[in-house]
Amino acid sequence: MATSSDIAHDQEHDAAHDHPSDGRYVRIALVLAVLTAIEVWLSYAGLSSKLTTATLLIFAAVKFAIVAMYFMHLKFDNKVLRRLFVTGLALAIFCYVAYLSTMQVFP
Amino acid sequence: MTAVETTVHGDGHGHATNTGVSNEKVAMWAFLGSECLLFGALISTYLLYRGKSVSGPTEPADLFDIPFTSVSSFVLLMSSLTMVLALAAIQRRDEPRLRLWLLATALLGATFIAGQIYEFTAFVNEGLTISTNVFGSSFFVLTGFHGVHVTLGIVMLLSLWGLSARGKLPPEKSETVEIAGLYWHFVDVVWIVIFTVIYLVP
Repeated sequence: MATSSDIAHDQEHDAAHDHPSDGRYVRIALVLAVLTAIEVWLSYAGLSSKLTTATLLIFAAVKFAIVAMYFMHLKFDNKVLRRLFVTGLALAIFCYVAYLSTMQVFP
Repeated sequence: MTAVETTVHGDGHGHATNTGVSNEKVAMWAFLGSECLLFGALISTYLLYRGKSVSGPTEPADLFDIPFTSVSSFVLLMSSLTMVLALAAIQRRDEPRLRLWLLATALLGATFIAGQIYEFTAFVNEGLTISTNVFGSSFFVLTGFHGVHVTLGIVMLLSLWGLSARGKLPPEKSETVEIAGLYWHFVDVVWIVIFTVIYLVP
């Protein structure tokens, strides 16, 4: 019968096996750095205000998702954790977008 | 009948949970979900009061040093990389590398905080304080709250480094590093949103 330390070791092994390698983490960080550089460039590019805002928000959402999925391991972990976090995030987005719309913050 | 899965905590004691995930990890994710609401409130307050001040510096574009803040953002982003490398190291049972990456993460976090202190000082010299106008109040409260989160994260990282150096953070306790890492990465994703919405969006 497996002891608790055996189970712990197996779980660590499984977790390490499922997660990306160090090299992949570095490549993901490079992607994040490039996306940040493009964001900064966009803010100086002189595009229309609405286009700049929309593009910047999409870039931020992509960076957020990459960090959450790969660095925080939501892509690989138990789905309960993903649901827990997404519930809080979705609630926050819904509440505050509704609030700011009510206060006519968006043009 | 629902199967009750066994989760093993870092201390090696088996513990049955309905989810198969340790209670500590579930608690951290629930905390991070609630933090979305906290930072959402602070960001919304900033957006609500942006452009509504009638005295003192009122235009963010006149104050913000985008190249400087971009470098700070890059530093914090890279601290997420070193944090995940620390977790990978302890999962490989490589304790010297764990300590190296924990220290690197703490140093990058401290660099970010140093940048924030410099930025705050520059703003105060320009005449914008927390009590100057609603722009100053909402900006300093939002970024200050984030700075406090980063500082608490640095304390956590240095505590883990100290525990590891004294041999009290064996690879069996890798989940402790993982949970501290979740907090650190969350602080990073919050900054991703703040940097875009507060500094870059015109």
